[in-house]
Amino acid sequence: MYSFDVVRPKSVADAVAALGEEEAQALGGGQTLIPSLKQRLAMPSVLVSLASIDEIKGVSSEGGAVKIGGGTTHGAVAREVASSYPALAAMASNIGDPAVRNRGTVGGSLANNDPAACYPAAALASGATIVTNTREIAADDYFQGMFTTALEEGEIITAVSFPIPEKAAYIKFEQPASRFALVGVFVAKFGDGVRVAVTGASEEGVFRWTEAEAALSGDFSAAALDGLSVPADGLMTDLHGSAAYRAHLIGVLTKRAVAQA
Amino acid sequence: MTKVTMTVNGKSVSKEVRGNMLMTEFLRDELHLTGTHVGCDTSQCGACNIHVNGENVKGCTIFAAECDGAEVGTIEGQANADGSLNAIQQAFQDHHGLQCGFCTPGMVMSAASLLKENPKPTEAEIRHYLEGNICRCTGYHNIVKAIMAASGQDVSSIAAE
Ligand SMILES: Cc1cc2nc3c(=O)[nH]c(=O)nc-3n(C[C@H](O)[C@H](O)[C@H](O)COP(=O)(O)OP(=O)(O)OC[C@H]3O[C@@H](n4cnc5c(N)ncnc54)[C@H](O)[C@@H]3O)c2cc1C
Ligand code: FES
Ligand code: FES
Repeated sequence: MYSFDVVRPKSVADAVAALGEEEAQALGGGQTLIPSLKQRLAMPSVLVSLASIDEIKGVSSEGGAVKIGGGTTHGAVAREVASSYPALAAMASNIGDPAVRNRGTVGGSLANNDPAACYPAAALASGATIVTNTREIAADDYFQGMFTTALEEGEIITAVSFPIPEKAAYIKFEQPASRFALVGVFVAKFGDGVRVAVTGASEEGVFRWTEAEAALSGDFSAAALDGLSVPADGLMTDLHGSAAYRAHLIGVLTKRAVAQA
Repeated sequence: MTKVTMTVNGKSVSKEVRGNMLMTEFLRDELHLTGTHVGCDTSQCGACNIHVNGENVKGCTIFAAECDGAEVGTIEGQANADGSLNAIQQAFQDHHGLQCGFCTPGMVMSAASLLKENPKPTEAEIRHYLEGNICRCTGYHNIVKAIMAASGQDVSSIAAE
C-alpha cells in the first residue's frame, strides 16, 4: 500500500469537509477498498472513515419503505429488515461471509457498483432512492455502467430508501471462490408492476430485464417467462462462465426467484 | 503517524501507527501476538479473524487506526484464566479439528462468534458461518464436528471417522 492517513470524523458535515482535501477518499467497511489499496489500485492521501458517523447507521421505516443508513453493515441489515423486507435481509445475509458482513456497508457496495455485487440488484429491483449529502437519486438514474455511478467526487451516500414490495426474492448463483454472484436476479412485485434486476451478467453492470418485467406484470408466475431469453450479446465472458451460459442462467434464476417470492 | 490506544485481550496498549498499518501487522509486528495468521492477505481465507468490539472481522482488512478505542480479542486471549484450553479449543483437540493448524486461530475465533450468536447451531448453520474460513487440510468435517461438540450437542450422527 502507498502511505496515507486515516481520519475518523463523527458527523457527515466533518466527513464532507475532510473529503474536500486533495486525493481524499471515503472508507466504508474497507472490504473492497482495502484489497484494492493493497494492489496499489488507488493512491489516496487521506482515507476518511465513515464508520464513526452514527447518523448514517441503522434502519428506520417510513411509509411503505425501509430507510437504511449508508454506513449500515450488511450484517445489521440482515438482522434489522428480517421482518419488514425479508428478501432484502436474505440477500444481505448471503453477501460474502460473516466477517465481510460485519464490516461491509450498503453505501460502500452501491458506491463501488461492482458488476457482480448483490446490492445493486436489490436497489434497482426495489426502485430504491439513493440519498446523499446533497441530493436524492433514483436507482434508475444512479447505475451508469460497471464501477460507475451518478455520484460526484466526495459525495457521500447517507442513506438508501427501499420501497417494500408485495413479494420479492433474490437468487444468487454463487461464484464459490469469490462468493460474489456469477449471476444474480432480484425480482420485486409491486402493486403497479414487477421489476427484475440482473447482476453479475452484463458488461454494463446491473440492468433491468424489461421483457420479463412486462410478462410478469401480467402474470406473476414462472410459466409467464417461458420462451423469453436475454441475448448473450453484451454479457460478460470470463473463466467462470461464457456469455451464453450467463444468458441461460438469467432465465433460470428469474424463474426460481418468481417461484420463491 | 497517529497514536492509537486499544484494549487487546483485556490489556490496554498504546502505539504510534502508520495510517496504512493493518491490524494483522499491528498485532503480529508491534505486539508480537503471532497467533493471528495471515493466509491470503486478500480477505478470502479467515486465518486472520479477530474480534473487534465483539464482532468477528478480518484482521487483514481493517486498519489499526480504525480500532482506536476498541476492544480487540485474538486467539491469545481465548484460553481459560488458568491457561487451560477453552471449550472450543479443547473440542478441536478432542475431535481432531486441525492438522497443520494454520487456519485454526481463525476457525476458533469464528466458532466463538457463531456460538455467541447461536449457541446450538445445526451442522448446516456451522458450514454457512464458516464460509469465510478456508482450511487446506481437514476437509472441514472434523472442524464442524468440534464446533458441534463445543456447543454441547451430540456429534455421533455426523461421525465419519
Ligand atoms: C471475501 C469477500 C466476499 C464478498 N462477497 C460479496 C458478495 O457476495 N456480494 C456483494 O455484493 N459483495 C461482496 N463483497 C463486497 C462487500 O459487500 C463490500 O463490503 C462492498 O462491496 C463494499 O462496501 P464497504 O463498506 O466495504 O466499502 P469500502 O471498501 O470501504 O469502499 C468501497 C468504495 O466505496 C466508497 N464508499 C464507501 N462508503 C461510501 C459511502 N457511504 N458513500 C460514498 N462512497 C462510499 C469508497 O470510497 C470506495 O471507493 C465481498 C467482499 C469480500 C472481501
Ligand atoms: S489473511 Fe485475512 S482473510 Fe486471509
Ligand atoms: S489445519 Fe491446515 S489449513 Fe486447516
